[in-house]
Amino acid sequence: MKGRPGYLLIIPPLVFLGIFYFYPLISIFGLSFAPEGSFDPGKLRQLIRTDYYARVLWFTTWQAALSTLLTLALALPGAWFFARYEFKGKALLQSLTTVPFVLPTVVTAAAFRALLGNGGLVNRLLAALDIGSGPVIRLEQTVTFFLLAHIFYNYTVILRIVGGFWSRLPRNLGEAAQMLGASRTQVFFRITLPLLGPAILAASLLVFIFCFTSFGVILILGGPRLATVEVEIYRQAVHIFNLPLAAALSLTQIVFTFCLMSLYTWLEGRTAVSIMPEPIRGTRRQARTRVEKTVAAASILFLVLLLGAPLAALFASSLITENGLALTYYLALLENSIQSILYVPPLTALMNSLGFALGATLIALALGGLAAAFLSRPKHKKRAWLDPFFMLPLSTSAVTLGFGFIIALDEPPLNLRTSIVLPALAHALVAFPFVIRSLLPAWRSIPQSLREAAAVLGAAPLTVWKHVDWPILSRALMVAAVFAFAISMGEFGATVFVARPQTPTLPLAIYRFLGQPGTMNYGQAMAMSCILVVTTAVGFIILEKIKPQAGGL
Amino acid sequence: MARFRHILLIILAMALALGAAGPASAGDSPTVLTLMSHDSFAVGKETLAAFEKEHGVTLTLLKSGDAGAAVNQAILSKKNPLADVFFGVDNTFMSRALKADIFEPYASPRLADIPDELKLDPSQRLLPVDFGDVCLNYDKAWFAQQQLAPPQGLLDLIQPAYKSLTVVQNPATSSPGLAFLMTTVGSLGESGYQDFWKQMRVNDVYVTAGWSDAYYGQFTRAKGGTRPIIVSYASSPPAEVHYSETPLSEAPTAAVLSPGAAFRQIEFVGILKGTKHPELARKLVDFMLSPAFQQDIPLNMWVFPAVQGAPLPEVFTKYTQQAREPVLLTPEAIEAGREQWIETWTDIVLR
Repeated sequence: MKGRPGYLLIIPPLVFLGIFYFYPLISIFGLSFAPEGSFDPGKLRQLIRTDYYARVLWFTTWQAALSTLLTLALALPGAWFFARYEFKGKALLQSLTTVPFVLPTVVTAAAFRALLGNGGLVNRLLAALDIGSGPVIRLEQTVTFFLLAHIFYNYTVILRIVGGFWSRLPRNLGEAAQMLGASRTQVFFRITLPLLGPAILAASLLVFIFCFTSFGVILILGGPRLATVEVEIYRQAVHIFNLPLAAALSLTQIVFTFCLMSLYTWLEGRTAVSIMPEPIRGTRRQARTRVEKTVAAASILFLVLLLGAPLAALFASSLITENGLALTYYLALLENSIQSILYVPPLTALMNSLGFALGATLIALALGGLAAAFLSRPKHKKRAWLDPFFMLPLSTSAVTLGFGFIIALDEPPLNLRTSIVLPALAHALVAFPFVIRSLLPAWRSIPQSLREAAAVLGAAPLTVWKHVDWPILSRALMVAAVFAFAISMGEFGATVFVARPQTPTLPLAIYRFLGQPGTMNYGQAMAMSCILVVTTAVGFIILEKIKPQAGGL
Repeated sequence: MARFRHILLIILAMALALGAAGPASAGDSPTVLTLMSHDSFAVGKETLAAFEKEHGVTLTLLKSGDAGAAVNQAILSKKNPLADVFFGVDNTFMSRALKADIFEPYASPRLADIPDELKLDPSQRLLPVDFGDVCLNYDKAWFAQQQLAPPQGLLDLIQPAYKSLTVVQNPATSSPGLAFLMTTVGSLGESGYQDFWKQMRVNDVYVTAGWSDAYYGQFTRAKGGTRPIIVSYASSPPAEVHYSETPLSEAPTAAVLSPGAAFRQIEFVGILKGTKHPELARKLVDFMLSPAFQQDIPLNMWVFPAVQGAPLPEVFTKYTQQAREPVLLTPEAIEAGREQWIETWTDIVLR
């Protein structure tokens, strides 16, 4: 460890990515482009024959950029509020903001429709008040509808990553500036914003990539006229089985995001600033003045409207039956009327989901932690070129990777195609970039002088780590764990396209109910969704509780 | 040197962990037979258990997404098959699967019980197990309330009286959507179907990405839905009765099953090339065509059993029928036309 510190750190993450990302990806590209060992450009002609795919790429890009900007604008005030103020029910509220992350798109669509659809609550209210004619709000299959959903899903990414970082920013910097005559606005733009830069960039990058590879949201809420690159890859790979075209689109997606991430890495290297982080209790207090209380009330109201109302609508539809308020749907989940193998006891689905989520979270934290440790070493900025590679799993089409698993992981010792560990590994692959992005801004903000001071004073490396790095990192680590857990509970990534044995999870059970007609099926889908929401929320709260209390400093 | 050994150790440890995580090697445990299928595959627990007991075999089920994704995975894993038997290739994907040559022929004695019009593969690599009719469904209460006659066939949908009443699924992303597009192709001909869809656009047809989204989002049976006509299955009315909250004496919806208005989707089973248990695989195919399995089909998968005379549950006999003279395009015609039909449809309806 002497000459090149941390060199060993990077081996496990690289081996993991090599086996479970690059190897399957290269295999599927090889098979797609040269099925018989030679390259046949015929099937790719379509790509340049029309400008259709160029337009798809353009649409994909602008909608992702717009979604990111809107989410950022709406979530930054929330991040500030959560970072700076203490209030009752904060833990619960914060965990609720992350819940949308795990909801299947069809369920989110149903929740939004119940509120804002043509026959939804708002339109019925307006009709009852005799305002306008017909449905006044027409959201179905519009750009507004899917933008709203993107904000709904990604609000929490900004809130948690930026908010977590913000809560460690010392207050006294701003106070000092104000004492020297700076206005509040000047303090925000000249001090707070630059300090927050790395966290904002990291969170925005994640949101952008998520929206860039958006699939279900665009397909279901945006309507059939809109298609992202991801939607086209799915169509070509699954329905038309034009693998060369699917692979070419997939490669375009990867190259595009890779360039973007290289730009990001460069920017990040320029914006990182070391700060003397404060223990949390020093930066937080309760709202006292009237202005603070008004802002607090406004923030909470906004959260409740944007995130709370659709969730409330979801719970309502799981409880309102044909015979009024009842637990009919929940009770029906426990019955297997025709003794079918299709029947999934809710507890089994729950345990499967939790099992995969715990496995994925542990793998992602371990490997993401090592990679972040490697990248954070201040003396080795040269290593930054590796960073964009680590982000690739998040930006790679799920179909492509899923099909890659099928053909690559097919022989011992890697015959994992039908193994029960594959879903956890696949989820960890998507969660891994999230862990790095959550950890790095915090890790890089730790001043090297602090570590050196501790070492000079005689602290052993482990002691330095325990008393300097760990207190600062623990909070970021918790944020990372929450996202890894959520990604797995929501079944992100390639698992949808991989054959798997009878281990149904909550999202899969929900899809099954929504695949057949009948009011009981719909009701049970809503009830199962609520179970998913509650379990995830409880999981988040537990994760936040087991976070070691930041002592030190 | 020491560092090098470290690296080796780590790699070795990971390889060991992975090896241990893989499927357990076959020891004295009973033979495992794997059946790969799409997500909607289902059968009674007891029925499967009886097969396992009779042949002293453990049956593993692999679910692989929707029908298209499952077939593609079976083709991709050709060199090293994921399973012994594959169920769920339908006539729309049949040509693709046969061309990829992933199945072994098997002339099951049970084929004698199956009507000839369902046996689409003369090479007997794919054997019919069940069939379903994709067709229009309508909300009975809505039409009664509006005092409008419900649709009788495809051409009713382009009448001015039916403006803004229909929701269909995008054939580019949905299997019933594609089946309905092929209904219009088979029924109205290559040029007729294009005119039909032009007029459908004029008549304000609503297009969704998939079935769930249409049925639970836009159909009038759903909360807030505004479209009383939808593309669904002949089995949807009985499913509405079976899965209703309060017992119903009449189905709330009805299927339009007149000649030329429905598309017949036939599902097949096949033995994957390279199986290590060919004898057992054949037994499984026989079993899927046996009365025990066939009578489980309607309530588990909501389609009709392929074997003639297999008993149907009461909800099926009471609330639905099979389509009369459904559209049946040959698998070759489907494979040859699919991409072009979807492309033309997209140009007419969406662009």
